[in-house]
Amino acid sequence: MLRAQPLLLTLAWRNLWRHRGRTAAILFALALGIWSMVALAALSRGSLEGQLQKAIGNLTGHIQIHARGYRDDPAIDHRMPAPDAALATALTDPSVRVWAGRVRVPAVIASERESAGVTLVGIEPQREQGLSFIGTAVTDGRYLESPGDTGLLLGRKLAERLETALGRRVVVMSQDVKNQVGDRGFRVVGIFDAEPEAIETAFVFVGRATAQEMLGMGDTLSEISLRSDDRNRLEVPLSTLRTVAPSLDIEPWTVVEPLLTLTEKIVNVILVIWYAIVFAAMSFGLVNTLLMAVFERTREFGLFQALGMPPRHILGQVLVESLILLAIALVIGNLGALATVHALRDGLDLSAFAEGMEYFGVSPIIYPALSVGDVTMANTLVAVLGLVASLYPAWRAARHVPIEAITRV
Amino acid sequence: MERMTDNTVVLRNVSKVYRQNAIAVHALTEIDLDVPRKDFMCLSGPSGSGKSTLLNLIGGLDRPTTGEITVDGQRVDQLPKGELARLRLHKIGFVFQAYNLIPVLTAIENVEFVMQLQGVATAERREKALQILMEVGLEGLESRRPGELSGGQQQRVAVARAIVSEPSLVLADEPTANLDSKTAENLMQLLVHMNTEHNVTFIFSTHDKRVMDFSRRLIKLRDGRIVEDERRQ
Ligand SMILES: Nc1ncnc2c1ncn2[C@@H]1O[C@H](COP(=O)(O)OP(=O)(O)O)[C@@H](O)[C@H]1O
Ligand SMILES: [Mg+2]
Repeated sequence: MLRAQPLLLTLAWRNLWRHRGRTAAILFALALGIWSMVALAALSRGSLEGQLQKAIGNLTGHIQIHARGYRDDPAIDHRMPAPDAALATALTDPSVRVWAGRVRVPAVIASERESAGVTLVGIEPQREQGLSFIGTAVTDGRYLESPGDTGLLLGRKLAERLETALGRRVVVMSQDVKNQVGDRGFRVVGIFDAEPEAIETAFVFVGRATAQEMLGMGDTLSEISLRSDDRNRLEVPLSTLRTVAPSLDIEPWTVVEPLLTLTEKIVNVILVIWYAIVFAAMSFGLVNTLLMAVFERTREFGLFQALGMPPRHILGQVLVESLILLAIALVIGNLGALATVHALRDGLDLSAFAEGMEYFGVSPIIYPALSVGDVTMANTLVAVLGLVASLYPAWRAARHVPIEAITRV
Repeated sequence: MERMTDNTVVLRNVSKVYRQNAIAVHALTEIDLDVPRKDFMCLSGPSGSGKSTLLNLIGGLDRPTTGEITVDGQRVDQLPKGELARLRLHKIGFVFQAYNLIPVLTAIENVEFVMQLQGVATAERREKALQILMEVGLEGLESRRPGELSGGQQQRVAVARAIVSEPSLVLADEPTANLDSKTAENLMQLLVHMNTEHNVTFIFSTHDKRVMDFSRRLIKLRDGRIVEDERRQ
């Protein structure tokens, strides 16, 4: 077989040039398929990545620490003490990049005209920077200056809904530690924008000390959120934290936001289905083209046999032909996908088609993300299964050709 | 056993019956034939007399219904497929009536093709191919594709390919049937030349009287039987 390889290559290559139109058509189809596989993977990966980053940025962080029971019932009863010495030391570990403690309780906010149910979040303004979105989200007015700040940050959408504005006063009511309704007036010092928009109506932010005082919490907290270096490698910080604070509920983002993990799984399933569909169409075209080529060359294959060419070489010749097609198509398809991803590096804006999606946390702007795994998978699938599919036409070619096929004039 | 070494081809009681639906076509019936080494033998007979069938059986492209066929000491009627392919590759050259050449290969590549399958080194096969193309009078046309050659030139390339690796036997089934008489005569002269210059047995078929005259031995077939076996000159 090895000896005959240059010969097989020559034959396969030249045969591809015999029907340029047909070769070009199948190359185009194959390349289009590969392009669509890689490009779709990059887009859905990018969309997923966007959702993940956003969700993590929207208060989740990489790891959250709560009192047991808080995640089921995020009420003031399930508060936790301020970090003790051991936990505070663990939080200074290099594997923890940033962390912050928060008050986070259900509340009602009211303007002169409207009221709305929200989550009241008491923050340490400086610590939230680099941890959650709020550090950079204020677009009108100012950000909070200290935990004792008496101002309030309101989402743009909620401000509209409450028919209030920057500089106006609002009242926030929530249950305090004694199960009585505590309330307090705040001046709106900043308006923030957020994506998804639901965030703008879901949260209002105040200084943490102010919230603690309003609710009679002392220095207790609702949650601690932190970020590590890599959201996919949290085993070490998790186990360290769990060791020093065994009585607390310490969970990674995958547990806190199970929907995100589910979304990732769904994306993977959709990709596999898409790959299967595209591949089925591609292999159908490929096998058809090869079969056509094989049938019209029956006489030649007969001649090969008469001249003593072993059937495995004939098989090999068709496979090499298929391999050349696949290789060229893979190169074109991947380059095309790379070019597409590059062209869309500033984001693909789907907002025209995707009104409402935004509300559910799916960003209308997708930044494609090529993953080595996806690209490898698409290419391997096409190359390996493409060759397997080509075995049939190759086998048809290598079968015994009746002698009349060679001698008939 | 002694005969086997003298004869390139030996047929004993060879019959070929094609079955088409319920009808049996007796293409060859009880053929006995010895073809000595270096013979230049013509199979003649009207269309349908069994010439092609006989050549195909000898070349191992088809199998006899009964009987024994020996080529160069090997029983081709019993050889497994792979061995048959090897035998054809190394011992037998074929020239068909038409479409002998691989369209995507040039004249010289067509000639080299068989040697390439045999594993002959590049330089050696190139030299041999150039040499033989010169011998068949195609110097300068080496890099033409079959489509750029005349019918006679294509047949010459086929002859060159059949002879280049010095097989024991060349089988040519109506090699001149598609050629005009002048070209046919030239091709036959080439075959005669090849037969005398190279140590090769030739069996060719024709129903053209003038082509028969080139043979040293003329066999006449009728309805699948040998009706005449004539040594000439
Ligand atoms: N594959 C086949 N199936 C059935 N009959 C065949 C087949 N090949 C040849 N024959 C018959 O065998 C006889 C001999 O054919 P052939 O050897 O081609 O004759 P020739 O080459 O002398 O013209 C003819 O009657 C032909 O019709
Ligand atoms: Mg015939």
